[in-house]
Amino acid sequence: MATSFLPRRPAIRFNRRQITLLSIALCTLFLVAIVFSNRFMGDAGLDPALTQRNQPPSLTHLFGTDWLGRDMLTRSLHGMSLSVRVGLLAASFSAIIGTGLGLMAGTLGGKVDAVITWIIDVFFSLPHLVLLIMISFAIGGGTKGVIIAVALTHWTSLARIIRAETLQVNSSDYVQLSYKLGRSPFWIARHHMLPHMIPQLLVGLILLFPHAILHEAALSFIGIGLSPHTPAIGIILAESMRNLSTGYWWVGVLPGLLLLLAVQAFDTLGENVRALIDPKTSQG
Amino acid sequence: MQLGIAAFMLRKLLRLALLLIAVAIFSFVLISLSPIDPIDAYVGADMLQISPEQRDIIAQRWGLDQPMMTRFILWLRQLASGNLGTSIIFNQPVSTVIGSRFQTSLQMLAIAWLLSGALGLAMGVVAGARAGSWLDRAIRFYAYTLAASPTFWVALLLLLVFSVSLKITPICCATPPGVLTKDVTVWQRLHHLILPAATLSLIGVANIALHTRQKLIEVLNSDYVLFARAQGESLVGIIRHHGLRNIILPALTLQFASLSELFGGSVLAEQVFSYPGLGKATVEAALRSDVPLLVGIVFFSALFVYTGNLIADLTYQIVDPRIRIGKSS
Repeated sequence: MATSFLPRRPAIRFNRRQITLLSIALCTLFLVAIVFSNRFMGDAGLDPALTQRNQPPSLTHLFGTDWLGRDMLTRSLHGMSLSVRVGLLAASFSAIIGTGLGLMAGTLGGKVDAVITWIIDVFFSLPHLVLLIMISFAIGGGTKGVIIAVALTHWTSLARIIRAETLQVNSSDYVQLSYKLGRSPFWIARHHMLPHMIPQLLVGLILLFPHAILHEAALSFIGIGLSPHTPAIGIILAESMRNLSTGYWWVGVLPGLLLLLAVQAFDTLGENVRALIDPKTSQG
Repeated sequence: MQLGIAAFMLRKLLRLALLLIAVAIFSFVLISLSPIDPIDAYVGADMLQISPEQRDIIAQRWGLDQPMMTRFILWLRQLASGNLGTSIIFNQPVSTVIGSRFQTSLQMLAIAWLLSGALGLAMGVVAGARAGSWLDRAIRFYAYTLAASPTFWVALLLLLVFSVSLKITPICCATPPGVLTKDVTVWQRLHHLILPAATLSLIGVANIALHTRQKLIEVLNSDYVLFARAQGESLVGIIRHHGLRNIILPALTLQFASLSELFGGSVLAEQVFSYPGLGKATVEAALRSDVPLLVGIVFFSALFVYTGNLIADLTYQIVDPRIRIGKSS
């Protein structure tokens, strides 16, 4: 071992696989903590305490307090928890649509494939946010509007990946042989396609979450998403707009930072899971 | 060559027509299925003062008593003749509203687009040329962070720093309050669009920088660069003669394709800075149930994104010598 001759070797040293596993564990822990934070934080910080209005961040109130004296850390965590749950739900629906259409396009081919590819192209030719606003508006806004809008708009890239993967596997020798042996398309989809799809699907799903959460927050921020009475992160940031000019920077900056961290945790999680299960990188 | 371009354009126009028809069907179905009653939305607060007879008159005048198919055909015919309807909140033809709002947005979008393209390319080249250095790490960290940041939060931070704390930029709008539109100077306009444009460029940089970096590293690891290096070419020379040629085309495509993101970002940025452009109009239309304007904007944004991709395709045909030679031979 060449490394053993190196002087002053650090006491703890991880290899790449261990670092990957460690990042996955840390990100998962952080996200699970956010989702369940409203359970163990309690609602105590949500009650107005007028004697403690507009306090800057301190040890008792890490994120400061807002104009009603509510603890911003509690509010932000409640909001983040809600936004992450809404994002998870919407992204999961979206993944189901994407997988279904991608598999259909890849296996049935011909006209079905042409139509689905064209629908994907149409979706790509409209700005994402405009589409979200339009669908959310047509459904009548609210939580339902956001979930449906996000679910209906985020499936396209996953469907493209699944379609390409299906086409590739479908043209491989062992699948062709399987057809010749008289296996039904359904049997082939289940035994030959699915094992290839599941890693792609898992990574695709995890990487969908950050987009879904950001778009949910954006819709709530402009006032078309979740109702103003829910403590969603977008609502908190929209409220903070009113207090910006008075110099209460913490009501806007810190909740946004939390949102940024959550989104990055999802991104890191997705990239590391990909590195771990993608055969191209898992051996490296 | 001439014939090639003509056929190319014809094909593109056909695709555009198909796309617009799809968008029309999509919007019509969506709006028809929506639980929002068009008459309620139009009447608004005067709901209690309207009798059922008056509602029927409005429904009849708008053709709401017709079956869905007839309504769709009628609407399509109007669309085809260029009539997008009248905006409810602005009480003007939708095309006029979109035209004037887009003019306000256009300068901001153009500045943001050019700035993010140039900066992103420069950052990508620096990061790629010095891959693994602390500069590369810093640029990558910046790009990954900005790619994960909510646009409206970045806008909010800029507003906080430059307008509230430093007081060097205005806090809202496109023109100073109390000044007539014709008296606004170019400098005042620029002053007001600095922050929204900066928001969009700061975020737009991320994608193109990461892409350019990746591409440059690929080029620098190629055999022809190894040969050039063996001949004594400097790093700057290699980037100038080998790197840029290979980087610029994909970067151009990417930058034109980012128009869709840019449009979406402008909705959020304009909302934060109360910049009265097309993005703000989109939000107002959705919040105040102005269906004709919203549908008009959906059409316009489709056209906008399509034009961007079309220009990218055209530049490829004109700029890339490989495609050019391949065509004429």
